[in-house]
Amino acid sequence: MTTYIIRRLIQALFVLIIVTLIVFFVMRLLPGDPIIIYVAQTAQLEAMPPEMVDELRAKFGLDKPIMVQYFNWVTGIFRGDFGTSIFYHENVGTLMAERFPVTAHIGVLALVVGAVLGVLAGLLAAIRRGKWADKVITPVTYIGITIPVFFLAILMIYLFGLILGWLPIYGYTSPFDDLWKSTRQLVMPVFCMAVFGLAANARQMRSSMLEVIRQDYVRTAWSKGLSERKVIMRHAMKNSLIPVITLMGLGVGMVLGGSVLVETIFAIPGVGRLMVSSILGQDYVVVQAITFVMALIILVVNLIVDISYGWLDPRIRYG
Amino acid sequence: MVRESNNLIEFEEAPPRVSEWRRFRRVFFSRGVVVFGLVVLLVLFFTAIFATWLAPYDPYKPGTAESLAQPSLEHPLGSDILGRDTLSRLIYGSRTALMVGFISVFVAGIIGIPLGVIAGFVSGITNILIMRTMDALLCFPMLILALVMASVLGGGIQNVIIALSIATLPGYARVTCGLTLSLRENDYILAERAMGSSNLRTMLGHILPNAFPPLIVLMTMQLGGLILAEAGLSFLGIGIKPPDAAWGAMVNDGYNYLKTNPALSFAPCIAIMLVVFSFNMVGDGLRDALDPRLRGLL
Repeated sequence: MTTYIIRRLIQALFVLIIVTLIVFFVMRLLPGDPIIIYVAQTAQLEAMPPEMVDELRAKFGLDKPIMVQYFNWVTGIFRGDFGTSIFYHENVGTLMAERFPVTAHIGVLALVVGAVLGVLAGLLAAIRRGKWADKVITPVTYIGITIPVFFLAILMIYLFGLILGWLPIYGYTSPFDDLWKSTRQLVMPVFCMAVFGLAANARQMRSSMLEVIRQDYVRTAWSKGLSERKVIMRHAMKNSLIPVITLMGLGVGMVLGGSVLVETIFAIPGVGRLMVSSILGQDYVVVQAITFVMALIILVVNLIVDISYGWLDPRIRYG
Repeated sequence: MVRESNNLIEFEEAPPRVSEWRRFRRVFFSRGVVVFGLVVLLVLFFTAIFATWLAPYDPYKPGTAESLAQPSLEHPLGSDILGRDTLSRLIYGSRTALMVGFISVFVAGIIGIPLGVIAGFVSGITNILIMRTMDALLCFPMLILALVMASVLGGGIQNVIIALSIATLPGYARVTCGLTLSLRENDYILAERAMGSSNLRTMLGHILPNAFPPLIVLMTMQLGGLILAEAGLSFLGIGIKPPDAAWGAMVNDGYNYLKTNPALSFAPCIAIMLVVFSFNMVGDGLRDALDPRLRGLL
């Protein structure tokens, strides 16, 4: 097990290096010179003498050879310095520190909602297989994994925001400022983010539960005369949760990817919205940083999932 | 319940011989939702092929209707701000969606599957390089990777296809690699090797054909995901560029008039959802038909 963890860590480090290479070099393939775009946005390009353009280029470190720029970028990350945003004139680290908590707030809530409700729905569908609970839950999960996030968002905005007027249709308030307002604003975005994970978890839970309740040890538990609650909760559920945990690892990726759409629709000042505006504005320093941090989060989550897998299921051997 | 499923497997494996194709057909068409998905997809193909004849108006020409007309007999789904007929744009959008979906699946498959077979078959540095690069690509959320790629390349149908292909390629490589690893342990591969067959011959003639059924299922399901991702990109304004009709972009255009003209946004949304749902269902049906043991479990 220890050997496996060490090997897995080395592997992850290697993947991390490739991630930095991808993030850095793909972004530098951008068409157009970021400095020229910046200048064109802030001042009149014609009025700017070429020396000043070169000076700006030097200020952002864009005059050095590309390999030097890469090493500066990577070493900068280790010092917690992601560079300076070309547009916001602010340290990208500071920018992200403002935005990430917002995304994390929504994302964590969505993951929790998706996990708890998904597992419960899947459990119910499995133990009442073929009954009405299953007949309702299973088709709904099909819809849940196929509905586009933006459709759900627009549908909810139309219904609860515009027609019924129950919920505010955009914005984000910190829960420390105004808890009630914050909660009301969060209902729709959190639900939109949670729905895919909820449906996927429910499907996975249902199928692995059906697999587990056919096992001999569950039959033994039944024949011992244990109550249904004990058989399901103590014996069957624990083992059928294992595949669901892998899915929750994937869920983090879904939430980060979905934040781009959900935060744009609900005008939430999170990292997804920053990403979209930076892409549209070709602010590559910010895009680089966000892409890197998202990949890093997923890498770490996958690492944790992989390692906990062996701990949860001792049958898995590490050869 | 336990007995029942055991019997099912025994029955499936026992003679008398039923032709593979007949068994496939029986399982595939036995579920209502699968047939529903298939019908939706057939209608979609029909619409995309005959868009020129089916569309009542020119989807690109402004002013065929009043600006933001409500649904009426002449314009069943109303019109957008420029006075373009929504139904016509919806019909033309099916071409964009299908084109992006099919070409991206094809490109991603044709690169990703060989990479996976090679990585699974050859150990050592090649395997490490391929699989770790794929792992690195998998660290990015699919939509984020496609978003960055599309913005780097600059939007438009062609670049969206490239972006989506790169974003989905690692999935194929990983699945194929796993399949290859388990297939190469089979005795028939050993026999093939003992007869002195080269690596290339074994990979192309024996590993690839046997890995194909699960890959077909994966590709069918991916089609839905790709169309969804394309819609997401276009919705954010980074995908298909106007004037090309794309469902995602139509949703975004209509979003500003949600209260007065809900049909503008809802029509393309429903189209996207139906198509994604249908591809998923058909993929599901294919999986059941190709691997009957999984029936009812997933």
